[in-house]
Amino acid sequence: MSRKLLLEHAEVPGIETYAVYRKQGGYRAVEKALKALTPENVLDEVKISGLRGRGGAGFPTGMKWSFLAKPEGTPRYLLCNADESEPGTFKDRLLMERLPHLLIEGMILSAYALGCRTAYIYIRGEYKWIIKILERAIAEAYANGWLGERILGADFSFDLHVTPGAGAYICGEETALIESLEGKRGNPRLKPPFPAVSGLWGCPTLVNNVESLCAVVPIVNDGGEAFAAIGVGRSTGTKLISACGNINKPGVYEIELGLPVEEFIYSDEYCGGIKNGKRLKAVVPGGSSVPILPADLILKTAAGEDRLLSYESLADGGFVSGSMLGSGGFIVYDEDQCMVRNTWNFSRFYHHESCGQCSPCREGTGWLEKVLHRLEHGHGRMHDIDLLVDISKKIEGNTICPLGDAAAWPVASAVRHFRDEFEWHVLEPQLSQQRNFGLAMEAVAV
Amino acid sequence: MVKVKIDGFETEVPEGTSILNAARQIGGDLVPPAMCYYTKLKGSGGKCRTCMVRVAQSSEKDQRPMPKLVASCSTPVQDGMVVENITNPAVLEARKAVVEFLLINHPLDCPICDQAGECDLQNLAFEHGTSKTRYEEERRTYDKIDIGPNIQLHMDRCILCYRCVYTADQLTDKRVHGVLNRGDASEIGTYIQNSIENDFSGNVIDVCPVGALTDKTFRFKSRVWFLNPFDAYRNCPTCSGKVVVWKFGEAIYRVTGRKDQYGEVEEFICNTCRFEKKAPEDWTIEGPRAIDRHSVISQNHYEGFGDLKI
Ligand SMILES: Cc1cc2nc3c(=O)[nH]c(=O)nc-3n(C[C@H](O)[C@H](O)[C@H](O)COP(=O)(O)O)c2cc1C
Ligand code: SF4
Ligand code: FES
Repeated sequence: MSRKLLLEHAEVPGIETYAVYRKQGGYRAVEKALKALTPENVLDEVKISGLRGRGGAGFPTGMKWSFLAKPEGTPRYLLCNADESEPGTFKDRLLMERLPHLLIEGMILSAYALGCRTAYIYIRGEYKWIIKILERAIAEAYANGWLGERILGADFSFDLHVTPGAGAYICGEETALIESLEGKRGNPRLKPPFPAVSGLWGCPTLVNNVESLCAVVPIVNDGGEAFAAIGVGRSTGTKLISACGNINKPGVYEIELGLPVEEFIYSDEYCGGIKNGKRLKAVVPGGSSVPILPADLILKTAAGEDRLLSYESLADGGFVSGSMLGSGGFIVYDEDQCMVRNTWNFSRFYHHESCGQCSPCREGTGWLEKVLHRLEHGHGRMHDIDLLVDISKKIEGNTICPLGDAAAWPVASAVRHFRDEFEWHVLEPQLSQQRNFGLAMEAVAV
Repeated sequence: MVKVKIDGFETEVPEGTSILNAARQIGGDLVPPAMCYYTKLKGSGGKCRTCMVRVAQSSEKDQRPMPKLVASCSTPVQDGMVVENITNPAVLEARKAVVEFLLINHPLDCPICDQAGECDLQNLAFEHGTSKTRYEEERRTYDKIDIGPNIQLHMDRCILCYRCVYTADQLTDKRVHGVLNRGDASEIGTYIQNSIENDFSGNVIDVCPVGALTDKTFRFKSRVWFLNPFDAYRNCPTCSGKVVVWKFGEAIYRVTGRKDQYGEVEEFICNTCRFEKKAPEDWTIEGPRAIDRHSVISQNHYEGFGDLKI
């Protein structure tokens, strides 16, 4: 049984209300920090904890915090990235639905450590009902003196606002998020300057994912070392994994980093195995942007070691035989799923979500989708498969923001690991419309 | 001042200068092409990705290369930086890819496009493109839109460089001209076909690198290479009055700003000069306009005639 740091009380009835949250020990960390710790102490605990950004990139949070510029007389902003729109990722949703006060508490602590007077939660527009939950919780926190002027009588005042986006995935990219918050079109900015130097309204700004901010609460409560004691190597603490696809128990699971992938998929504590007794075909381990891996490579690395749910183990093998932990959106495919169709589906998403600012992404994502559409619908030719690889190579690394890479990787990895299936769509256009590759091949074998 | 080496040539530039502008200071073939950056427009650049180069050494202090190619127009030089442009095959490969991306949805209607002959995209494709396309699907199309009485927007040809957006934004105080929609469905729009009410709105035509924004007083009148460009001026109460008039015989076919070798105007000119002053007596001619030798326009070009040895 994994220890639970964030979801410990998620099942307690009424935990979304202040009274219940407080009774479960809520806001203890704020009391501790404001009474006994300096902002530097809090920053140090986060550094010691080894916490890495849970939004996808996995950048060490403590280090990111220490980069925040602190010019005299300029306000600094803390932004919570709650735009969660990556296909397959739905962990922040659960945190905010069930534990809005945990996020508020985490943000108070972070703002205290960073010296921010004001913070915004930028939440995806489709999470309409969650906006209400957050607003109610924020009102409760104000009413009970956890937000506002001179919290707990300390020399620290803090205001927290919720701002909804309007349904664009790109606004999860931190600089697009900032543009959108400023009321502009959500186009990512050119970097440098980085938000830590010049972000919201030109002021130093820190953007963190919902889960990263929530994790600050147990770090302050139990100390950074206790957090760092969980996990393996540089993957410390617990991580929420949102599991979906052809599994018996889809849902959000809090795991200790380092849990073997095999155990996660097959144990009854987590996914409970593949649905309908089918076989595992492939997994996208970190949200639609990360490379897909076939069953053998997701369970074991190319070197034959057990694949673990950790930043390092999932990335083992680079892009040839590895993937990424990403945002923890764990999508499982059984033997009946068509990889060409899935790749086309992903590329439709990126085509639709590209902001259109830079040419490789604007034009490349559309091109990828069209070629994949052709292949999936039985009009592809052999050279289209290499064309896909070539287009994705030409997008990758040449764009303003990582959305271009995110569009390219799933396509490149699908062709790398499932080329025979793409070829089969060309060779058997009719059959490929009716059956999936695995079943058709078995019929041939019989 | 900081030192930077580009393709083996060293130059010294003030701190904060972009790699692109440092290269322009050296000049010649090693200057990366720029389709979206425009010196006069604050915030422009970074979008088209044609100007990408490789930084082989970040600075004297940090000798590591930068992990990815960078947009030279929006990357400042650092002391001791070493940059590779045309000496690095990977850069040329990436540039070729960008040209391909820019062309897949472009109508390639040069034969009927007013910009032909002075089109940055045409020049770019000529130098870095391939003669064949791998794109088989339908190209996106839009309706033509009139932006006021004198300007036409032909969105099919647009490469979304955002130059006109910055021009309109920096000339007017209202946000009337911008980008609608997202991704490859983006389009330039003046909110529901408004005209930009500003004496300088015509400059969106000059900053447009392709034939997406054209001068309606000149459309289909002549190919640019049949016209003779002259520097000319008039006493204008609104702008400097320094323009280029494009003549066929004595008749003035069109008036534009004075563009330098990188296609950037020296000064923005007003709409009266551009659209209304087409009579020979409106202008005092200074002399023939120098046009880049490589441009098709220069086939009617006089500069250097004196040096011609026959
Ligand atoms: C296209 C794109 C979409 C993103 N969407 C999200 C998102 O929905 N939520 C999120 O937390 N981070 C998202 N990110 C990552 C953020 O840019 C940023 O790295 C993150 O919020 C930093 O927080 P962390 O350090 O706590 O992980 C996205 C990045 C890109 C390029
Ligand atoms: S990579 Fe795509 S989403 Fe990112 S800035 Fe470029 S066009 Fe916009
Ligand atoms: S000119 Fe540099 S990216 Fe367009």
